[in-house]
Amino acid sequence: MKRNAWWNLLLLIPFVATLFPGFYNRLDPPLLGMPFFYWYQLVWTIGSGVLLAIFIAVTRGGASDAR
Amino acid sequence: MHASSIILIVLVLAVTVLGFAAARWRPAGSLASMDEWALGGRSFGTVISWFLIGGDLYTAYTFIAVPALAYAAGPGAFFALPYTIVAYPFGILVLTRFWSVARTRGYITAADFVRDRFGDRWLELAMAVTGVLAVLPYIALQLVGMKVVFLQLGGVFAADEGKIALAISFVLLAAYTYTSGLRAPALIAFIKDTLIYLTIICAVIAITHMFGGWAGIFDAAGKALALKPKPATLLLPPAGYFAYGSLALGSALALFIYPHSITSILSAKSRTVVQRNMALLPIYSLMLGFLALLGYAGLAAGIKTTNPQQVVPMLFAQIFPDWFAGVAYAAIVIGALVPAAIMAIGGANLFASNIFRQFSAQRDSLETRTAKILTLVICLFALLFVIFITPQYAIGFQFLGGAWILQTFPAFVIGLFTRWFNPKALLLGWAVGIVAGTYMAIQTNFTAAFPLHFGGSTLVGYGPFYALLLNLIVSIVATPLFNAAASTRGNDATSVADYA
Repeated sequence: MKRNAWWNLLLLIPFVATLFPGFYNRLDPPLLGMPFFYWYQLVWTIGSGVLLAIFIAVTRGGASDAR
Repeated sequence: MHASSIILIVLVLAVTVLGFAAARWRPAGSLASMDEWALGGRSFGTVISWFLIGGDLYTAYTFIAVPALAYAAGPGAFFALPYTIVAYPFGILVLTRFWSVARTRGYITAADFVRDRFGDRWLELAMAVTGVLAVLPYIALQLVGMKVVFLQLGGVFAADEGKIALAISFVLLAAYTYTSGLRAPALIAFIKDTLIYLTIICAVIAITHMFGGWAGIFDAAGKALALKPKPATLLLPPAGYFAYGSLALGSALALFIYPHSITSILSAKSRTVVQRNMALLPIYSLMLGFLALLGYAGLAAGIKTTNPQQVVPMLFAQIFPDWFAGVAYAAIVIGALVPAAIMAIGGANLFASNIFRQFSAQRDSLETRTAKILTLVICLFALLFVIFITPQYAIGFQFLGGAWILQTFPAFVIGLFTRWFNPKALLLGWAVGIVAGTYMAIQTNFTAAFPLHFGGSTLVGYGPFYALLLNLIVSIVATPLFNAAASTRGNDATSVADYA
């Protein structure tokens, strides 16, 4: 595994964060009147975009991915 | 005629003109070449690609069906969020590799790649036929989405259950797609998504204002869900966790292997454009989340309908002034036309390049002519499908299409990283996956939750996902057997450098 390939682990985070609803299937704490279950997932849409932007930046255009 | 009807007609006519004019939009070469007609000259930058891919993946049907599910069944509908969140980290690894090899070797379909990678004609055919069969009902569903709007508008639009309005829209669509190719949806996507974002922002402002913030909406929606024939709450039942996660993951893995996704990805001008879009497209997912919440707003607003698909247009009629409801309806109708055009092109590409194989050696004008005519045939087929078959079957077929396209995952996606698999084993795995996926879909009456029994326990999950696991197991087990049975395997026409 190339040194840069470790950055691929960044890409796993959104999977772990959103595919197991047992971890976020709660009402509390609400945000702006929205139960946790809902705002948590909404926040992750932007969160995963930010993670991907970081991934692109640190891998310098991803030239090193999985070759 | 209502203001909303006039605005809808004006906007649809405007995009029709735009669709034809697109033929003259930044042409680099002759539209008689496949790269120009089918892939917009492979020339789109970050912004155009963002609108095009977003307009392609987040279809009108999605805008109708996801809030409808939230209205009818509650929190399960929000699987659309993890689905459209995890699709992108997956896409950034897979699609960049595919974009590179496709650019180097001139591929226009996933089946082109599979043919070169594994040197197996039957596997190529399996990929192509699966893609065409998966995309056809998907186009039909876009018509279902449009029909919902036409029925809401009433009057001439609803004449003969909206079939006349549907036929006119689709004839226009087929004509400009034939003329301009992928440039038509690319240009129209700008209008489509501007209207969609505008509509959703206004809807969110209106509903939060009406119900005194989100707390009011969730409160009322929670009460309404409890009174449903199948009562639900604002949270998932624990027994539904696995179905939620596996449906999201299975759908995400399938999203980018659909022919229309491939078509819009390959029109990007560089690998960097593809990557940047993977980071930027989740903005659409955020919008989809708010759209799903409109289903709850429909509950809060006390909308009563036996067809949940009518919820969004009914809500728009209730919260917007008539003229702005017209803008919102136009957003949905145009939102159906963009993906339908790309799907027709994607399906036609598979037919022309991989089923009528004689063209694929050199992509000449004959191949383009064939693809253009096939686009018309595919549009016509989808139209007939919706006119003569009830929408419920279109939805069932689309579910099947999703189950089937997922079975091309091992050959296409895993094939991008390794050619360890024997092509005959992949073909066997594909066949087993298709049969198993179809069987489970019929068993569950085309719903996502299949109860898998093993040991003494039952795991309810997304059937097509189970079918994919079975497909993978068969492919893995059969590979050494096929390798032993025949000493030769097809050649790999690609080289390591092609993927960078």
